[in-house]
Amino acid sequence: MKAVNQPIRKKDAMQLLTGQPVYTDDIAPRDCLIVKLLRSPHANALVRTINTGIASRVPGIEAIYTWEDIPKDARRFSIAGQTYPEASPYDRLILDRHVRYVGDPVAIVAGADEKCVDKALSLIKVTYEVLEPILDYHKAKDSPILVHPEENWESLCPVGADNKRNLCAHEESSSGDIDRVLAECEVVIDRYYHTKACQQTMMETFRTFCTIDVYGRLHVVSSTQIVFHCRRIIANALGIPKSMVRVTKPRIGGGFGAKQTAVSEIYPAFVTWKTKKPSKIIFSRRECMTASTPRHEMELHIRLGAMRDGRIRGIDMYTLSNTGAYGEHGPTTVGLTGHKAIPLYGKAEAFRFTCDVVYTNVMAAGAYRGYGATQGLFAVESAVNELAEELHMDPFTLREMNIVKEGDVMPAYFDQVNTSCALDRCLRKVREMIRWEEKYPIRSMGDHKVRTVGMGMALQGSGIAGLDVGSATLRLGEAGNYNLVIGAADMGTGCDTILAQIAAEVMECDVDRIMVFGADTDASPYDSGSYASSTTYVTGKAVEQCALQLRERICRMGAKLLNCAADQVEFDGKKVFRRPEEADAEEKAPSVSLEDIATASMSGNELSLETSYTHSSPLSPPPFMVGAVELEVDLLTGEARVIEFDACVDCGTPINPNLARIQAEGGILQGIGMALMENITYDRNGGVYENSLMEYKIPVRIDVGRINVAFESSYERNGPFGAKSIGEIVINTPLPSIADALYHATGYRYYELPITPEQIAMPENRKRDLRLEEDFTAPVRKSSPEPWEEK
Amino acid sequence: MLINIVLNGKKISSEIAADCLLLDWLRAQGCASVKRGCETSNCGLCTVILEGKPVLSCSVLAARTDGKRVETLEGLQQEAAEFGAFIADQGAEQCGFCNPGFVMNALALFRENPDPNEEEIREYLAGNLCRCSGYEGQLRGILNYLVWKKEKGKKEEAQ
Repeated sequence: MKAVNQPIRKKDAMQLLTGQPVYTDDIAPRDCLIVKLLRSPHANALVRTINTGIASRVPGIEAIYTWEDIPKDARRFSIAGQTYPEASPYDRLILDRHVRYVGDPVAIVAGADEKCVDKALSLIKVTYEVLEPILDYHKAKDSPILVHPEENWESLCPVGADNKRNLCAHEESSSGDIDRVLAECEVVIDRYYHTKACQQTMMETFRTFCTIDVYGRLHVVSSTQIVFHCRRIIANALGIPKSMVRVTKPRIGGGFGAKQTAVSEIYPAFVTWKTKKPSKIIFSRRECMTASTPRHEMELHIRLGAMRDGRIRGIDMYTLSNTGAYGEHGPTTVGLTGHKAIPLYGKAEAFRFTCDVVYTNVMAAGAYRGYGATQGLFAVESAVNELAEELHMDPFTLREMNIVKEGDVMPAYFDQVNTSCALDRCLRKVREMIRWEEKYPIRSMGDHKVRTVGMGMALQGSGIAGLDVGSATLRLGEAGNYNLVIGAADMGTGCDTILAQIAAEVMECDVDRIMVFGADTDASPYDSGSYASSTTYVTGKAVEQCALQLRERICRMGAKLLNCAADQVEFDGKKVFRRPEEADAEEKAPSVSLEDIATASMSGNELSLETSYTHSSPLSPPPFMVGAVELEVDLLTGEARVIEFDACVDCGTPINPNLARIQAEGGILQGIGMALMENITYDRNGGVYENSLMEYKIPVRIDVGRINVAFESSYERNGPFGAKSIGEIVINTPLPSIADALYHATGYRYYELPITPEQIAMPENRKRDLRLEEDFTAPVRKSSPEPWEEK
Repeated sequence: MLINIVLNGKKISSEIAADCLLLDWLRAQGCASVKRGCETSNCGLCTVILEGKPVLSCSVLAARTDGKRVETLEGLQQEAAEFGAFIADQGAEQCGFCNPGFVMNALALFRENPDPNEEEIREYLAGNLCRCSGYEGQLRGILNYLVWKKEKGKKEEAQ
């Protein structure tokens, strides 16, 4: 293959590396009104009065909007980027009299510059009727305090939601008789696990600018993964026809799922629609950390049953997910905790998965790389590591006995057949890479330091089966080049390039000859957007099929020019030629060049050399991954440092090995951050303490040693050139690996992330099992610590 | 107040507010490569070179650069492209939002220490956050660039 499976440079690489103005704020009109939000200091309150009189007289202020400016009969909407009808409930208004978390918008201020807007923000007078909040997600279900008591709350899908019970979703699914199977098991690992509302922390914060176009329509330019869903969300929020909204994405400074939710779009859209003037909003990092869309905090109860010989016979999982004040992605993320973790163990006879997703008065959660699978795999893989210890078995050997194989039916994966799987090879590879036999489980390094190892496996999906839609349009250009038009969003992942590689492979040309455009709701063919690990697998397939159709058209056109039938010619990427056996024996086969075909297509021609293809897959073939960590732990200070992380991925055919490798390395580092440092804690008001990069620590380059990534590729025949996904799976394996390595270091099991030095070095800080902690009350801190106070 | 700055070799006189940050002033001058990723001097995205030294332009008042030389990526296009190509060959630029600050600081490192080892590279660039790449691809790119530069230097000497 010439284009696919080649480490080709990203098409936009040099523009990005030389700092060209290609991001939202770089291209926003200079005369944009600056939009900022006044945010609630209370977790649960009603706005009693709001006085904007003085604020609106600040010179430069254009408009101030409050809940009173939202029509009384406005329908609620969801800002989750999902296919309609969304599983996420319609529980939002642009501005609501009822504010539901510390940070919920109370007023929108638009003015000529930041200074006047900041001044106006400080001059708005609000009085609140402060209500008791529900901050403990264990107590939310059926609490007398309702986060969404309103009558016009709506759930569009049967996900078990009930706002009168603080329930955003409830699901039960099972196969086999789990209670009987667990009763028969010789060993049952019965544990609770806890993960936090970690932040995607993309370097570019949420941002959007809006203008009114030449036809009087609203043009929204935004850093988003989901232009088409955005169009619907904005139309819903503003109560205007979808035809009046156009959404464009420029380059995006990282997404990781955060920009699968329309966090910033609706505010400048509202301002521009009302004032008919251009406006923009740039979220501060603080807003990004306190009023955005982080991972769902979850508690997972696992009962894992096995026999003494190592056979894993059943998994029973209950997940309690905290969606916060609004339900974005609440009903869908939780499903992955079970459906993307349990199927790893293909020999199990039974499973049960039950979950509740509850509303509370903290920042709403959303989509973050891994999307629930991360949490589920931390729990299941940690439980299997504990089982290995209990059985005195090697964790790799225990996996080898139990893993799902190619061709297996996966009951917990909606009975889908495992169509491609190199998980067994990944296990062997990682065992070698880390030199497991030498290092497992612990080596003393002297000086109260030890080195330990741990491992874990992962599974994810490739798009949402039967739901995600990917499309491509391919057009022959004048010089024999091609325009590839897509609705998928390259957010730095390189999908523009990857999709061009697929097109180039089919068209037998250099990748440089494919010009990519995306994404714009007025110009792109429909695509659900770049999320759920769908772009390579779903949109990639659309590109492949689209290119095959264009080849046919080019052959037809060429045959016409050669005065023969279309089935007598072939196309080699440069020319259409009459097959030798069809031509006269002596004569060289007649041919017509691609350039000539392109030229002919512009004169007296009725055959379109442009094709469009739309694809959806009934399957979501899982990629697989194995990871193992070597940690150096200082038992005195509790410092745990990743010396080496080795991983092997089966993503099917890597379309671009360089970009696949970087996806893996970047995802692994995010996983390491989640395991060891990225913490979210709340003050007594439910406000987030870690509200800046000063306090929310993501890994820097001196924090970890080596990350080594290998590929063992299966061939997925439903994907383009055998490809599956890679974007999300890569974040998952560090969590259970590191937790197990720390067990080997300290002799204590860790059930909550992140595992901080305090927990490693000081036994009183170790959280062994959440059930033991019911009587334990956390020390209460003052609601807003002074800057000099130590946290 | 009026300040005079030599920005990328060009003398500019500008009327500024006393509290204007260098970052905001530079963006207003059209230097869109200068990015803001936080408000707490943690991310390194706004790195520019002030009088030959890399600084965080979010933490420098524009007024303090009066009479001084400031370089942004706009003024270092050739160097940036030469070095950037090695990052591009790893695919490590990814979303690109941290690239300008990272490239500026890397160029500052090479000026200060033309032959840094791995530890020195990691240490010098520790303040440049990147959420996409996991840093490994950036390191491979830097090491490849240094090898290339050394060989280029040798060839030039031989000639």
